[in-house]
Amino acid sequence: MKHFTRLFTQLDATTKTNERIEALRIYFDSASPSDKIWTIALFSGNRPKKPVNSKQLRQWAAELAQLPLWLFEETYHVVGDLAETMSLIVPENTAKNDVSLSTVMCELVELRSKSDDEKRHYVTKRWSEFNSNERFVFNKLLTGGFRMGVSRKLTVKGLSLHTGIDENTLSHRLMGNPDPLTTTFEKLILSPDDDENLSRPYPFYLAYPLEEEIGLLGKPADWSAEYKWDGIRGQMIARGGRIYLWSRGEELVTDRYPEFEGLENLLPEGVVIDGEILAFAAGKPLDFAKLQKRIGRKKAGKKLLKEVPVVLMCYDILEYEGRDLRSEPFAVRRKLLEKIVTDCDSSQLLLSPVIPFEAWSELKPLRENARTLKTEGLMIKHQNGVYKTGRKRGEWWKWKADPYTADAVMIYAQRGHGRRANLYSDYTFAVWKGDDLVPFAKAYSGLTDKEMKQVDRFVKQNTLEKFGPVRSVNPEMVFEIAFEGIVESNRHKSGIAVRFPRIKRIRHDKEPKEADTLERLKNLIRVKA
Amino acid sequence: MAQLIEFSNKGLYVPPADIYIDPWKPVNKAIITHAHADHSRYGMNHYLAHEDSANVMRLRLGDIHLSTLKYGESFVQNGVKFSLHPAGHIPGSAQVRVAYKGEVWVAGGDYNTEPDVRICAPFEYVPCHTFITESTFALPVFKWQKPETVFTAIKNHHAQNKAAGKITFLFAYSLGKAQRIMAGLSGETDVFHTHGAVHNVNEALRKQGLDLPPDIRITRDTKPADLSGKIVIAPPSAAGSTWIKRFKPRSTAFVSGWMRLRGTRRRRNVDNGFILSDHADWDGLNKAVQATGAERLFVTHGYTGVYAQYWRDRGLDAREVVTDYTGDEGSESENEEKA
Repeated sequence: MKHFTRLFTQLDATTKTNERIEALRIYFDSASPSDKIWTIALFSGNRPKKPVNSKQLRQWAAELAQLPLWLFEETYHVVGDLAETMSLIVPENTAKNDVSLSTVMCELVELRSKSDDEKRHYVTKRWSEFNSNERFVFNKLLTGGFRMGVSRKLTVKGLSLHTGIDENTLSHRLMGNPDPLTTTFEKLILSPDDDENLSRPYPFYLAYPLEEEIGLLGKPADWSAEYKWDGIRGQMIARGGRIYLWSRGEELVTDRYPEFEGLENLLPEGVVIDGEILAFAAGKPLDFAKLQKRIGRKKAGKKLLKEVPVVLMCYDILEYEGRDLRSEPFAVRRKLLEKIVTDCDSSQLLLSPVIPFEAWSELKPLRENARTLKTEGLMIKHQNGVYKTGRKRGEWWKWKADPYTADAVMIYAQRGHGRRANLYSDYTFAVWKGDDLVPFAKAYSGLTDKEMKQVDRFVKQNTLEKFGPVRSVNPEMVFEIAFEGIVESNRHKSGIAVRFPRIKRIRHDKEPKEADTLERLKNLIRVKA
Repeated sequence: MAQLIEFSNKGLYVPPADIYIDPWKPVNKAIITHAHADHSRYGMNHYLAHEDSANVMRLRLGDIHLSTLKYGESFVQNGVKFSLHPAGHIPGSAQVRVAYKGEVWVAGGDYNTEPDVRICAPFEYVPCHTFITESTFALPVFKWQKPETVFTAIKNHHAQNKAAGKITFLFAYSLGKAQRIMAGLSGETDVFHTHGAVHNVNEALRKQGLDLPPDIRITRDTKPADLSGKIVIAPPSAAGSTWIKRFKPRSTAFVSGWMRLRGTRRRRNVDNGFILSDHADWDGLNKAVQATGAERLFVTHGYTGVYAQYWRDRGLDAREVVTDYTGDEGSESENEEKA
């Protein structure tokens, strides 16, 4: 753990990309193969299930520190990070011990099935052996909240320097959440056997938001336009007589969507299709909110399957006859995709239509209208573009319809976490229903650090009541809130639910009574339908 | 019975003597625990403080009517006996003992139970019936390392920077922390380089008789190359200012108790954080409260609610008090400068 903790501390201490990549390289150069594979898995967000629930952990930490639980909780609210709170509160160790990351990870995998007493004994023993930095990392592994700003991309760069293998090849080898318990560094990275990896997906190519004037892209004839579908990204693989469906989160979700059963007989062998898993009925997409009911469900019931049927809206092809097509131009891939989907003739595989246009001006009204078709806007793709890895500028643009906006009054504020611990950074916003303010959205992004400090000061000076980490405040500050979608919801007091709300700006120029009404927001739903 | 010290809207007030302690609004007579700006304010007719606070108070408040006491020295006003006792926070910082008709109260001001004795007198545990305690770091996550350990880490940090040809910038509050760093790092460098705010305080304290390592004030004429491999001490407000921009290459670090938390460390966006505070940590506060033998506790500025509750659970009559000393629980913008 000392070795891995040192890496963590180095990564944590700098925001400079080159220094972080160098820290990763140095670590990989000296780490054991089993530590390397676990490190890759952890940085890819692939970790074992939580072996211990956090309530137990809090209790054990408080007991070890001889503190009442309420004091632990109060402290946690201030620190804003459970793993950190526990590592700082537990008495300093006397025993010195070092175990490898992979040993600890294997212990954590086994711990899950142990009795509560055994769990407690194990955790407190490890706590007493580690110093506070090691304890922090250990707690992060325990609580599962392991994020330290190391993206897949960064890991791949460090790994590329270490192995000499190019980044694209490595990105592909890391796809599909490899399990450190069943694979090795040798098998996964150094000399992979492709037959063993029939289900392995390609890294997704992600579009960049188009912020400049669309005319600046150049000649319209060089580009292709489609709607931006409002579902979840999916990659369908037909290999070895089976189909596999992957989500963008690299989760294998084949079993969640029984609609696609049987496609293995219709699709030719060795085909990989990129598209959108979309709720779709009677020839039209359904609200994203409907799809959400399916996303989390491991097995959908009959009623739900009928209410929210799903298709794959296909827009690219990455493999044909077992051959990687990603370096072919988009126009070539698109032709092939059209042929495959048409030949397949399945009501589950739809072709995302190309929107014909001769001048950019023709696209503008389509984008403005995109929401009425339950799409998010338009996608603009270069005819000659190859299929890249990750989010890259230049050839794939998403041109989203403008978000909805509403002016709302802040009524609650909550302390943030991590970098924002101890700052009131999460807010609840309300709109008017008669003379009452009804909460309708929570948002915690969109402000600059300076603005956040300003709001923090306002919250501290205008507190009405405190409830744990939450404060109610004088309803005086007005904010413009942007959001992507709005649907009726009987789970919310306001009767509406908005999607991806964020703060657009502070409206110092507006009085609270000038904020929007609930009536106006409900009207948006009517207009949309 | 009325309280010997009342918490009025102007400050801590001792009615029978008509004297305030650390008032935040203009009054006739004020006893000042220490020279930090939120405790030592403008506008009092008469000031009384420890003799080591005199020069810095005059530097900051100008020509004031000020009398001074030594630690342990006392005076009586209308039958109320006042005396000052070392608080260990910064040079000249004091706890105020107030005794009247057999009842003893102590106002702790800001205090540190483990100070650097080269900079200020060791903290004195003063027995009393009622203790007024600060609570800047009154949470069990705040536990300080030994100062030697911290200074070893700063020395290593400096050695690395020196080898890389970088200037080592240490951000620290100009009164108290800056001098503590200089004392702790003495021998590490021939001469420290300081921001004007730090330099002025150093000069005022030297005149007061404090033995500090030499420092050179950074001026318009200071060339970045002159500072290569050197240590610069500057107030936190210098971080990210235009003042610092021309000094490159540099490595920046905060020296503060708040650096104990990863969130505050990261938010500061400096290369390093070193945990060194002029306030008592959790154990230090508890030890102080216990050692006074007080039955009643008033908790001011910091994690007031939590700390009062902690001692109520342990049988003391403990209450939280609202003062003007800092914003609110951990409003670092102000707090961290002194921490």
